[in-house]
Amino acid sequence: MALMDFFRKKSSGDVAKDRLKLLLISDRANCSPEMMELIKNDIIKVISKYMEIDCEGLDIQITQTESEGENGHVPALCANIPIKDMKHGVKD
Amino acid sequence: MSEVIVITSGKGGVGKTTSTANIGTGLAKLGKNVVMIDTDIGLRNLDVVMGLENRIVYNLVDVVEGNCRMKQALIKDKRYPNLALLPSAQTRDKTAVNPEQMVKLIDELKADFDYILLDCPAGIEQGFKNAIAAADRALIVTTPEVSAIRDADRIIGLLEANEIHKIDLIVNRLRMDMVKRGDMMSIEDVIDILAIDLIGAVPDDENIVIATNQGEPLAGDSSLAGTAYMNICKRILGEEVPLMNLEVNNGFFSKITKLFK
Repeated sequence: MALMDFFRKKSSGDVAKDRLKLLLISDRANCSPEMMELIKNDIIKVISKYMEIDCEGLDIQITQTESEGENGHVPALCANIPIKDMKHGVKD
Repeated sequence: MSEVIVITSGKGGVGKTTSTANIGTGLAKLGKNVVMIDTDIGLRNLDVVMGLENRIVYNLVDVVEGNCRMKQALIKDKRYPNLALLPSAQTRDKTAVNPEQMVKLIDELKADFDYILLDCPAGIEQGFKNAIAAADRALIVTTPEVSAIRDADRIIGLLEANEIHKIDLIVNRLRMDMVKRGDMMSIEDVIDILAIDLIGAVPDDENIVIATNQGEPLAGDSSLAGTAYMNICKRILGEEVPLMNLEVNNGFFSKITKLFK
């Protein structure tokens, strides 16, 4: 049995817990999909000034991260931005 | 001094009414004067779970509207002389009562009862607002499921926004065999996510179904759920009771013993 467990993927209880954690972070942050879209567009605008990025592959979401100081976990805005080309020097 | 406790959950069908009936019965068995109020106007159920459905003459809305006196609407439970039920109206809707009227109604009951239990309807609309208006503390009922826990989290936020800070958790319908397999979130998982105090865990026990069929709450009997509810009642009274072992014994020997029962 233990050997079977070892080879098995994540248990459904753990899957439920992880899904809930993410769900509650965005519930508690009260962040609507529209607002996330606005944030995403603004980030694209800012980053594009300095480098060429893959707008299609860009992904942002609210997750949880270990805080440096006191009480454990805090919500974090996590952005994954694939870079196509580094521009050297800033264009105006 | 009496304490007003609202039993709520957000999501429907997780066991609010069953919990109210059993906690009411348990507290009465422990010698307290208890009144249970069904605040689910339009969908009354607590009377049926308590087995008192044939004795309703007046209801909560009648009292609020002045059609009868409080004493006429209260149903005394014949099994426990210190337990009473104020049933809800079946043919009206949530807008028939407002939060101010609920506060007034409950104030009237404080002189006669040690504990006033409010069975809250599902949802977060008017019915919920009526139920929490006069509450000193809240018991949140949830099951170890994503949807129920999500709703519970929302309810906790709303209670805190309404200045109710004494909030305890009841995890209902636990199946320890599934928790062991990793296919159900454990009590620890649920507490970890909701970050409130646990006041009790109730196993998924078929005796609950039987008790509800018969209209006879099982708090205080020898079943697992009956013991779990009695422990919750003792903790409400401030007693320190260790968490019981919720495991249903399905081993070879217990099957043999069952044969001889």
